[in-house]
Formats: sequence, structure tokens, C-alpha cells
Amino acid sequence: MDILNIFLSESFWAASLRIASPLIFGVLGALLCERAGVLNLGIEGIFVVGAMTGWMAVWLGAGLWGGVLIAALSGALFGLFHAILTVPLGLSQHVSGLGITLFATSVASFTYRTALPQVSSPPRIEPFRALDIPVLSDLPFVGPVLFQQTALTWLALLMVVVVWWVLNRTALGVAIKAVGDSPDAVNAQGLSVMKLRMGAVVAGSALMALGGAFLTMSAFDAFFFGMVNGRGWICIALVIFASWQPGKALFGALLFGMFDALQVRLQTETGAFIPGQVFLMMPYILSIIALVIVARKADYPRALLVPWRKGQR
Amino acid sequence: MIEIVPRENVSRGMQALVPVIAAVVALLLAAIPLWAAGAPVIPSYAEMFKGVFGSMFTFTEMLTRATPLIFTGLAAAVAFRARLWNIGAEGQLYLGALAAVWVGTGMFDGPPMLMIPLVVLAGAVAGGLGMLFPAVLKVRFGADEVVTSLLLNFIVLIFVQMMLEGAFKDPMGLGWPQSAPIVDNAVLPQLLPRMRIHGGFLIAIVLALIAWVVMSKTVWGLRLRAVGENRAAARHAGLGVNKVYLTVALASGGLAGLAGVSEVAGLKGYLTADLSPGFGYTGIIVAMLARLNPAGVVLAALYVASVFVGADSMSRAMGVSSFLADLTVSMSLICVLLGSFFVSFRLQFARGPAA
Repeated sequence: MDILNIFLSESFWAASLRIASPLIFGVLGALLCERAGVLNLGIEGIFVVGAMTGWMAVWLGAGLWGGVLIAALSGALFGLFHAILTVPLGLSQHVSGLGITLFATSVASFTYRTALPQVSSPPRIEPFRALDIPVLSDLPFVGPVLFQQTALTWLALLMVVVVWWVLNRTALGVAIKAVGDSPDAVNAQGLSVMKLRMGAVVAGSALMALGGAFLTMSAFDAFFFGMVNGRGWICIALVIFASWQPGKALFGALLFGMFDALQVRLQTETGAFIPGQVFLMMPYILSIIALVIVARKADYPRALLVPWRKGQR
Repeated sequence: MIEIVPRENVSRGMQALVPVIAAVVALLLAAIPLWAAGAPVIPSYAEMFKGVFGSMFTFTEMLTRATPLIFTGLAAAVAFRARLWNIGAEGQLYLGALAAVWVGTGMFDGPPMLMIPLVVLAGAVAGGLGMLFPAVLKVRFGADEVVTSLLLNFIVLIFVQMMLEGAFKDPMGLGWPQSAPIVDNAVLPQLLPRMRIHGGFLIAIVLALIAWVVMSKTVWGLRLRAVGENRAAARHAGLGVNKVYLTVALASGGLAGLAGVSEVAGLKGYLTADLSPGFGYTGIIVAMLARLNPAGVVLAALYVASVFVGADSMSRAMGVSSFLADLTVSMSLICVLLGSFFVSFRLQFARGPAA
């Protein structure tokens, strides 16, 4: 059967990892915010901002890594906005997050349109190239899958290790997890609940923006309206699927990437019998099924969505 | 060190004024992007105003634009009051539209007295079921409805595209993926000659009134608000919390479905995959601007529609990106959030070292 051939092909696995890359950034970012007790539904908009500013910075001559930096900074800025609204002011995290998504998306779209008023096809940039490492990329199978990815995919994988290490091996990580579970205990320890939560949201939002930057600077070479197309929301689902663990987040993102890559290939195989849209729906349906399966034993950070004010319970 | 102190006497008048002040502030803040885009600020505002109040036609266009926003705004307001986070109004809108087209394109034909209620009912039921599903997943499995209702938007839109290229495709449509037109007897009547405003607007106003009465004067409305304010206490008091969620989901989804019916049967006449430019998502802002009050939803929808219609004509006249409208509306939302915070709390600058 042809399906077996798909799983044996290098291009399938390379595509899976490529599709997973922006999701890895997004899930890690969302995970960091939620571990500290703040749901960040601004993610979809922060993806758009990261995609737009990263691309525009490169187009204006900032260089590829300059673009990555600027994308991260702009994500951090919108993250700071969400953090101010939800942490010290204690506004509804749902509402603020949706507001940030709309605000960030419209700021990015307005800026793009104002800079390029009448352009139908946006100017292209020279995106990140596949890292071609001598010897290693010549390895059979593993070579093409791993070493034909761009630097941003490697950065995503590195971030999994970094976030895991920070959360599980540092005092800061212990404090972040504690502030999402029991802020009163953190406060009693003499640590600042506000600073920890705001810091986690800002850092997490910077990571989210890198997911957007991956789209314009690695997967494609320009910014298009609607290019984020729900990837941010998928990350919110994947965080629950991953039970707030970086390792499982990587697994979830790869699974999703695999499914998406499979969808494209099955479509070309069976196109005549089954409408292509059935396959397009699959990743979303899979996400819902995964949520239902995982939700029952989901170990939510206990203080998620709960604002904290000093001296109040 | 800054501390947040709750205000003792929160004036109700102030609370009601917050959305108005926020709307004005957001409109003023829009001068910044206008200026950044290089447009003359005052003439731009004049164009914006003219774009809404300039003629009977522009004014009724604004009302036509507000119609789906009243429906989706009510959908969000009803659900959010019970803290059921229905982010899926966009998908429910398309489900309603799909059902309206299914019933209304010659499945059978009858007098308008029969066809119109039938199409409206079909759309409401389809939309209601569209939200019932995430609500069941929440009640039965504990799956977060924010995520499930949101993901359903994508699934429904892809499903609609599939239907428009398949079973629902108009054979006379010259290959465009669109449905057959709704039979004349199922089309909502025009309200004014030569204007596009249609019966959907009246239905929306009546439903807003009904929703207001139900939410503030009935036992069901009381239960809904009790669940929203404190779920644990409501459960403790023996309110059927799960039952409230399920009925709220049906009502909320049904309202969003009616947005689809009204656009298809009142305005467009047939279904395409770009029926809604995000009315479902904008409805969430409308509801927040209205502070989840059904009567306020009408005013908020009129405001948001004015910004969109006005900014559209301003953008044509001044050559400024029409994304200015989205920007203004999202700034209004953030201003309302901040405004309602500062009505209930104040910042106190404590002297000396923080304790």
C-alpha cells in the first residue's frame, strides 16, 4: 500500500518536522504562561505580529537574526500588555487575551498595509536556508530529515531543552511552577508573584512570536494576511494535550506536524474518492479528540485563570 | 509601591458611562494611526462621519452591517454571562446559514408565512447544535470549551467549502462554489425601498429585547447569572449547573446561527464561503463593549458597524488602510476593559517602603 511508502519517505518526515516547528515555539510559549497561572489567548495575534515584524525587519535590512530578535521583542511587548492587564490589574484572562489577539492582528495588518499601500504581491526576502552540515547531512535518512532544516527549526528544538531545563532544573523554574499552583505560598517565601507571572508571560509571548516569524522567515519568504490561520489556537489545544510538559509539547507538535504532512500526501493519493477537505479537517478533529481524551486527567496548574492580589484570598 | 484598592461607592451611572467614554477615547486614539499613515486627521474624521450619517443610504447600510453583529453579540453576551466561553459563533453562523440554504433552496416551497419561520428555525437549531456539542464535551468530559468551540470554527468552514463544491453547489453557478439562491418565499422582506436593510434587523432588535427580559426577569436568567458569578456556590445551592450550561449553549449557538440566516436570507440570497468577514469574532467585542447586557448589545453593534462602514468610506476617500476600523474597534475593547477596572478600583501610591 502507498501509505507505507509515505512513512518510509524522507520528505514526509522532513515536512512533519518543518510543519511542527512554529507549533513548537507556540506551545512552549503558551506552556510557560500557563505554568505561571496566566492563560494567553493573545497567541493567535502574537503569531501574526511575529510573522509581520520579523519579515518586515528583514525586508528593511535588519538581517535574518535581526528579524528574529525584532519578532521576539514585538511579541514580548504585546505579552507585556497582556501581563499588565491580567496580573496586577487582574482582568479576565479570557477577555484580555482575545482583546490582545484582535489588537495585535489589526496593528500588524494596519502597519503592513500602511507601509505597502497598493502592493498585491508582497516583496520577498531571502529566508533562512537549510543548514547543510557536511558529513552529517549525508547520513542516510536521518541526514535529510534533520540536517535539511533551517536554523529556526534547530532553535525550536533547542528551546524545548531550555524550557525543560529552566522549569525542572532551576530555582526560577520551581518558582514559576509554584506561582501557577499556589501564589500564596510563593508570596510567603518572600518572592514576588507579580514579577514571576509577568516575566513568564513576557518570555512566553516572545517565544510565541518566534512561531510566527518562522512562517515568514523559514517556511515562506513573505507576509500574507491570514497566513497564521489558527496555528495559535492549535497551540492552546496542544498545551493541554502536553499536560504542561515541554517534552510532551514537542511530541504533540510533531504528531500534529505528521498528521498535517500526511494529509497533504493522502490527498494526492486518494483525491478522486474522498474530498480534499476531509483531510484538511483532520488536524482540527484530531485536536478535539485529543483534548477529550486528555481532559479528564488533565492536571491544570491550580491557579490558572485565578488573579492574585496581595492580602486577598 | 502601587496598590490596587477597591472603590467603596461604585456609581452605577459611571458604570453605564464606561463603554461610551471608551468608544470616544478609542475614536480619538485612532488619530495616531491616521497621523502615522499621513492622512489629514480632521478631514478624515469628517469623511468617516459622512460615511455613516451622510445619507439615508449610508445610514441604512450601517444598520444592515449591524444586524449580524447584534445576533453574534447576543450569542456571546448570553454565553459569557454564564461563563460559558463560546468562541465558536463564527462556525455557528455558518451552520445556521447552511441550514437556511438547505431548507430554503427548493426542498419544498410554500407561502412566506411558512417558509420564513421554517428557514429561521432551521438556522437557529443548526447553530444551537453547533454550540451544544462543545458544551456536552465540557459537561461530560471536562474538555475546555474555549478550545473546542474555536477549533469547530475551522472544521465548519472547511465543511461549508466542501458542501459548496459538492452537494450544495449551484448547478447554475458557472462553476463558482456557491449555493443555489434561496426561493423567493423564504427571503426576508426589504424594510425600505432601494435600501438593503431587511427583516433580519427587526428580528435582531426583538430578540435583543427578549434576551434582556429573559436574562433580567426570569428564573432561567437568574440561574444563568448565578452560574456565571459563582459556579461552586450555584452547584452547592442545588442549581443544575450542567443543565444551565447545555441550555445556555443552545440559546447562544442559536442566536449565532440566526446571524447566518439573516445574512443569507436577508442580504445575499445565497451562501458562499466568504459570507462572514468574522462577524462571529466581532460579536465577542460587541458583547464586551455592551458589558454583556443584551440591550447594550444593540448600541454596541451600531457603534462597531459605524466604525466599519465609516472607516471604509474614509479609507476610500483618504487612501488609508481600512484596517483602521479593526484597530479602532480593538482599541475600544481594551479601553472598556481598562475603564471598567478603574470604575471599580483605584490605584493608591503608598508612601514609604512596601510592607
